[in-house]
Amino acid sequence: MKITRFLKTIFMVDFATGLLIALREMFKTKKTINYPFEKGKISPRFRGEHALRRYPNGEERCIACKLCEAVCPAQAITIESAERSDGSRKTTRYDIDMMKCIYCGLCEESCPVDAIVQGPNFEFSTETREELYYTKEKLLDNGDRWENILAANIKSDNPYR
Amino acid sequence: MEYINLVFEEVYKILFLLVPVLVSVAMIVWLDRRVWAFVQKRQGPNVVGPFGLLQSLADALKYIFKEIIIPASSNKIIFILAPIITMTLALIAWAVIPFGEDQVLANINVGILYIFAVSSLGVYGIIMGGWASNSKYPFLGSIRSAAQMVSYEVSIGIIIINVLLCVGSLNLSDIVLAQQNIWFIIPLFPMFVIFFISALAETNRPPFDLPEAEAELVAGYQTEYSGMMYAMFWLGEYANILLMCALGSILFLGGWLSPIDLYPFDLIPGAIWLILKILFLFILFALVKAVVPRYRYDQLMRLGWKIFLPFSLTYVVLTASYLFYFNLLPTP
Repeated sequence: MKITRFLKTIFMVDFATGLLIALREMFKTKKTINYPFEKGKISPRFRGEHALRRYPNGEERCIACKLCEAVCPAQAITIESAERSDGSRKTTRYDIDMMKCIYCGLCEESCPVDAIVQGPNFEFSTETREELYYTKEKLLDNGDRWENILAANIKSDNPYR
Repeated sequence: MEYINLVFEEVYKILFLLVPVLVSVAMIVWLDRRVWAFVQKRQGPNVVGPFGLLQSLADALKYIFKEIIIPASSNKIIFILAPIITMTLALIAWAVIPFGEDQVLANINVGILYIFAVSSLGVYGIIMGGWASNSKYPFLGSIRSAAQMVSYEVSIGIIIINVLLCVGSLNLSDIVLAQQNIWFIIPLFPMFVIFFISALAETNRPPFDLPEAEAELVAGYQTEYSGMMYAMFWLGEYANILLMCALGSILFLGGWLSPIDLYPFDLIPGAIWLILKILFLFILFALVKAVVPRYRYDQLMRLGWKIFLPFSLTYVVLTASYLFYFNLLPTP
């Protein structure tokens, strides 16, 4: 036993095997991707940047029930509401402080009308703090921009809800 | 006027050698990182230029524009001198490396001694850098580095003696020409392995990168350096690695000689063969970096003094007796 160990050390058998394994691994497919140019697949349940959705006729979904504001554990959401001329209750202010947000997804889950959702976008870093205080306009704009993917995500996740 | 022409001619020759060496140092850093990444199944640097080839140039540009911070408590003259010495010594050794039959900058007849002397002086850059920083990590790093480089130079020297016994000349071109029949890697294979490992230790490469072991010593002797001075250490280090690869291919792999002496391979110039051999050795260097874990300090010293030194000494005796007994000693 000791002699085999000695011979192994002298002829650097373990080292040579290691080198061969390294050589073999070199030509295998890479596990990493060229990030900014290609992106990994993300789940439909991914909790990224928030968005406020609209109905197909252009009416905003949010009914100002303030469930999201109540459930938000980080208290990142601020909502003010008022009665609109046609008698419906709508938000006059819907702010999310994206730096307080912990991306838990409770707002999305509590929403009775699928208005506030968290989309697939995770690349919204900014250079200033102010840009991360999202207002209603910004959130609605996000909703318009990502609507196709958001609707598809909600639809694909629907059977499990 | 003739004197000036002579000076210019020499300057052109030197530039013709130095510029390719510096460019290939930049490329070799890229290759190192890329091989390392490939073994770990990563992409490695692949954004700047084709395949990321210009990554090192981008890095160098960044270093040039960075601020050079000189610690207030440092010995300023020595602190600045250290990277300059490291890089200069790594580059001047290239003067005697033959790229072909007559393609040598300085065909001196003690070429191998010259390289040996210059690479021994390389310790000074590191020691000066570590001492002048006046900080504990660089100091410990440079002490380790000095001990390590001195120990492994001893075994490299004895390995070189083995080769010289078979050649009978200290001239690097003669060493290559002596391998026309058979490359020294075949009769002296154990010596080649020990040379390779000693070269790893000599150039502070993993698994012997104790002087800059980041887990213990931050970055060793480079800790206090920044900007272009850090880049010069870095350039010097890689130029040294390249030099060791070149030395290995000259001593054991037949230098510029073609491995296959047949018609289509004869047309390839010798310099290309030498570069291919250097590349082969360097890729081995890079693979080793990816494969093995770092040695402990006492293991490193034990390997150098208790195993490599007696083994190579015995091999000198064996080689000498063999050559003497069979009357194969080269006649000067």
